[in-house]
Amino acid sequence: MADLNFTDNDFKTQVLESSEPVVVDFWAPWCGPCRTVSPVIDELAKEFAGKVKIGKLNVDENSQTASQYNVMSIPSVVFFKNGQPIRTMVGIQSKENYKQEVEQILAQ
Amino acid sequence: MIYDVIIIGSGPAGLTAAIYTTRDKLKTLVIAGTKWGGQLQLTTLIENFPGFPKGIQGPDLMFNMRRQAENFGAEIIDTDFISGDFVKSPFKIIAGDKEYVGRSIIIATGTDTQWLGVPGEKEKIGHGVSACAPCDAPFFKNKKVIVVGGGNAAMEEALILTDFVKQVTIVYRKEALTRVSQLMQEKVENNPKIKVFYSSEIIEVLGKNKVEKVKLRDVKTQKISEMPIDGIFVAIRRVPNSERFKGIEKDEQGYIKVHEFVKTNIQGIFVAGDVHNKNYQQAITAAGFGAMAGLEVKRWLGGRL
Repeated sequence: MADLNFTDNDFKTQVLESSEPVVVDFWAPWCGPCRTVSPVIDELAKEFAGKVKIGKLNVDENSQTASQYNVMSIPSVVFFKNGQPIRTMVGIQSKENYKQEVEQILAQ
Repeated sequence: MIYDVIIIGSGPAGLTAAIYTTRDKLKTLVIAGTKWGGQLQLTTLIENFPGFPKGIQGPDLMFNMRRQAENFGAEIIDTDFISGDFVKSPFKIIAGDKEYVGRSIIIATGTDTQWLGVPGEKEKIGHGVSACAPCDAPFFKNKKVIVVGGGNAAMEEALILTDFVKQVTIVYRKEALTRVSQLMQEKVENNPKIKVFYSSEIIEVLGKNKVEKVKLRDVKTQKISEMPIDGIFVAIRRVPNSERFKGIEKDEQGYIKVHEFVKTNIQGIFVAGDVHNKNYQQAITAAGFGAMAGLEVKRWLGGRL
């Protein structure tokens, strides 16, 4: 499955207007810990394909969206449902932690 | 299955230990933790690790160490250590939701950030409160930030930030920078973007969804003031990740007590790196202790065969 990358331009249609819940991994190439989180996000994207949209947003190239959601530490993983950010997880987390959160959102 | 050695932690200490034990053909499990790689994952260019004349990025160094340990056969799992029975060998360890058994243990869990613990701080971690300038400095371009602390780590954070921000204010409880090297002190004092607020501390972080202001107290006069600010980088002190090791002797700050370089009070349990070494806390000293622990494990297991 191709990586899903959100941008300032398509954030509204891809994330805010999405009918399924969306998980956005805010990252940047210069961020060391982001490299640890990135493969975990890829795995989750595969596992939840068709149920939850899981992708990434490069904060250098899409600073407007990052600042709109007050993202000031990366990696930050933000969970969106019905256009609203309902949960933010800052810093490196375990795959289990992310997964639990995704499942909780699906159960709601 | 019983491992010859279970290494808890995956910074330079843990991974160096794993390189040594696997090269010695010991069946090795590394419980790397979800934040694997330790403190170096939160750094940029490391210039004092020998062998890299141009320096090396901290995360690259850790990826390399991990690959090196894996090449020799280390099994590395990215789950968190939960608990263990540290009475006598073989030792049972819980990591994630599984149990593992090891004939010996190396504790290499390092240290973690001590947050300020003041009102308004916790909910703004990630929204202006940070403990990692290399990770987050670019978010504060042309803004004003505070670095809290007076040690070398705080000075380094401040200097990294000056490449991005308009101004750095170091907030420090003491009256002078007595804990840093002369060189570092000069670097900081001569940097036009840095000013130091001595004898002061943050007592509250204010702001709606992000950091907007702090409340400061002058520790001598008790006078309270407010300062508008965009970000706060906390570098006051480190806390050893040792509280989950029941039955292992520690000092009053929680650092694990060592006997004969890398041994703990329990036979078969060894310790390496920052979790016992509060004096140096360098990548290279941690790696050095890791090597020592690896060798001692081999010797100890050999004596029991």
